[in-house]
Amino acid sequence: MANVKLTIDGKTVEAPANTLLIEAARRAGIEIPAFCYYEGLALQAACRMCLVEVEKAPKLMTACTLPVAEGMVVRTNTPQVAQARKSMLEFVLTNHPLDCPVCDKGGECELQDMVFRYGAGESRFLEVKQHVDEREWSPVVFYDRPRCILCFRCVRICAEGMGVAALGVVNRGASSEIAPNRGDHLECDECGMCIDICPVGALTSGTYRYRTRPWEMQHVGTICTHCADGCKTTLGIRNNRIHRGNNRDRSGVNGEFLCIKGRYAGDFAHHEERLLTPLVRSQDGFKPVSWAEAIKTVAGRFAEIRQRGGKFGVIGSNHTTNEENYYLQKLARTGLGTNNIDHHRTGDVLSLLRARVPLATTADLYHSKAVLIVGVDLAQQHSFLAYQIRANWRHHQARVYTVRRGPVREDKIAARIVSVEPGGELAGVETLRDDLAKEPELVILFGDAIQGEAVARLTEFGSSLGIPVKYVCLVDYSNSRGAVEMGVLPAEGGMTLPEMMAAGDLDALWVVGANPLRRHALAGKPFLVVQDLFLTETAQAADVVLPAASAYEKSGTVTNVCGEVQRLQKAFETPGTKTDLEIFGLIAREMGLDLKQLGPWTPSAVFAEIARTVPGYDLPVEVLEAGGAVQAGPSDGLPDAVWAPVQSAGDTLFTSGTLGRYSKMLNAVREAPGELYRA
Amino acid sequence: MLTPEEQREIEQEAASYPERRAASIDALRIVQRRRGWVSDEALADVAELLGMSPAELESVATFYNLIFRKPVGRHVILICDSVSCWIMGYTKVRDHLKARLGINFGETTSDGRFTLLPIVCLGACDRAPVMMVDEDTHLDLTPARIDAILERYE
Ligand code: SF4
Ligand code: SF4
Ligand code: SF4
Ligand code: FES
Ligand code: FES
Repeated sequence: MANVKLTIDGKTVEAPANTLLIEAARRAGIEIPAFCYYEGLALQAACRMCLVEVEKAPKLMTACTLPVAEGMVVRTNTPQVAQARKSMLEFVLTNHPLDCPVCDKGGECELQDMVFRYGAGESRFLEVKQHVDEREWSPVVFYDRPRCILCFRCVRICAEGMGVAALGVVNRGASSEIAPNRGDHLECDECGMCIDICPVGALTSGTYRYRTRPWEMQHVGTICTHCADGCKTTLGIRNNRIHRGNNRDRSGVNGEFLCIKGRYAGDFAHHEERLLTPLVRSQDGFKPVSWAEAIKTVAGRFAEIRQRGGKFGVIGSNHTTNEENYYLQKLARTGLGTNNIDHHRTGDVLSLLRARVPLATTADLYHSKAVLIVGVDLAQQHSFLAYQIRANWRHHQARVYTVRRGPVREDKIAARIVSVEPGGELAGVETLRDDLAKEPELVILFGDAIQGEAVARLTEFGSSLGIPVKYVCLVDYSNSRGAVEMGVLPAEGGMTLPEMMAAGDLDALWVVGANPLRRHALAGKPFLVVQDLFLTETAQAADVVLPAASAYEKSGTVTNVCGEVQRLQKAFETPGTKTDLEIFGLIAREMGLDLKQLGPWTPSAVFAEIARTVPGYDLPVEVLEAGGAVQAGPSDGLPDAVWAPVQSAGDTLFTSGTLGRYSKMLNAVREAPGELYRA
Repeated sequence: MLTPEEQREIEQEAASYPERRAASIDALRIVQRRRGWVSDEALADVAELLGMSPAELESVATFYNLIFRKPVGRHVILICDSVSCWIMGYTKVRDHLKARLGINFGETTSDGRFTLLPIVCLGACDRAPVMMVDEDTHLDLTPARIDAILERYE
């Protein structure tokens, strides 16, 4: 679009025609205050904070709705504008309780800032303030009407951003208030986006409200450990406890987006059933022992089994870091001499990597002109990816195609919907051929409905369209992708996870951050070592249980569903636990393995080795260190790895495998586990 | 569930706008005309028919004080409480009405006959005080006249 020239406060500013004045000013470094204007959401023009003088206009204009025009002369610094801002704030405060000393938002409140900068020192209103009691709409969302300034950001983010539309405004007029879709309660995603976007403390969260002050926390940006989308969540930590998660600085791939899990389901880390001491099985059940003794027990047995040429099995995790995964497989292969190593495979990444086709980033989902979603309920299982696609549709009119078994939220924005029976996904995709071939480009996302041979057929279909196509293979949990790429997979001759569970002749089985007994029976009586946060079904059957640190208690990197590598930052500690990486190192040392060859067990040292040896992982460390995301390059397709069927854990918005079972918040909402509330 | 007639009427209204949501006020009135008021269930049904969220339709419904979101009596009395009527004796008329019916604003008589609501200026200030009962406007009110008027509504 052609640029126009205008003058703002005497400064010549150039901006594309149709840019909103408020944006043009911002880009020129001139702040026009605003409450209701919010980048990316529909215009509201409700708060009148953005009034400015425009030459030849008879009265003040709202900068948030006014497109710039050639020759426009704007003034934001006149006495009239200052007076308007002052008056608007005086109105906003008419019924505002000014309970900043106890309000959650105190210290990071846009209203406080605004009054401080533009407000009057005193009010002319002497009337008694209208009071309305606070309401609990759900265990997550609380609403305090008197604090609400009616900017409608919450209403819009819920309808437009989330595609849920759970909020509205009722009794419009002097007693306007925000109301939830079920009158007195919410039935929704419980994502907390509305709370986060609220400029004041009118919406507060069940986990954070009245607990602490913002300036008393440390704010640590790390990656959500729940699904595979890799959202950055900034944890608010005080006294070794997570008080909240948000991403107000929009620093991750997810911008300000977080679902209920990234925002509130970190509470599993503080669950009272967290394992805090190693356990060794004795005649009468588990006996708590010191770390030294536990490591000695494990290393002793491992060394002895290794010496007599016994048979090991190793099961890795979908949650541990790349460094941990890499070190574990190296330790298994070189230290234990076994190729029996695998993890719960939740999506067929392996086949996709072998197809050597371009892979999409999370940003591609926001920019691609067309998106095809195959065989998955994206809004339920990959909330952030669904959010990206919805934003793409809203902002760029992307065309969305769904091929699915039952209704999904993406249907609402779909150009075409194809209903299929289980197994009919590929045939369903084929019916879209003519439409898709007309698109300038396409991203295809697929779940576990497409695996093995079907992946090759899907990518062949994509290539035959004659347009650029990129792919996303959907997986569960924060580092499934990394587990594959780091080689937590059997190479030729090694056993897969189901094979290990069924073998019956294993001498030792080492399970790290996984709970295979939930899905498989274990044959035989191997020496069972389990590293986990909780006494899971598998841990209960173990000979030695080692209490592990969660993802929020360690550093390292993880790779999300789109292959984007990001850094974890240790946010706090749970005394008694150790990171999986440290546990590996301690066991290796105690076993007397060649530590030179294994390398030091610090995340940065292991990452340096990954960068040297894992194809596609020679990534700019500075970017990762600064909290950025980098997509791993094309890998070599992992030629040695053994293929095996995959199965998604089928989590919903309100479940998250084992961790989800220990998140009180996730279980407290009425939507859990996810049946009540779907599309 | 909306009745087939309600649905048909609402569809007719919707067809006359470029955007279905624009028919929301008409739709609420259609339902209210047949049922006397708009229940939560009816609201949700209308919202679905027009492709809106219930919350959005609720913001329309609660904006208009003549859309009733609670059951009302067979007859709705709207008494003007704006300035001209107030000067001309609104308070006396209001108190008489309340005493006579034995109810407050927003309430319905126990026999389900009348609901009493305040309303802003009815545009008949020259004949204040004024009230409406259903579709009829009653002017120059006095307590005595009120008794006679109420007799007419069964
Ligand atoms: S929690 Fe999320 S889904 Fe629920 S009302 Fe708020 S924004 Fe909407
Ligand atoms: S609750 Fe917050 S975001 Fe919603 S309208 Fe009120 S002030 Fe705005
Ligand atoms: S979408 Fe996934 S990664 Fe993002 S906050 Fe939710 S669970 Fe975490
Ligand atoms: S920002 Fe312009 S009216 Fe609110
Ligand atoms: S003030 Fe009552 S009719 Fe105008």
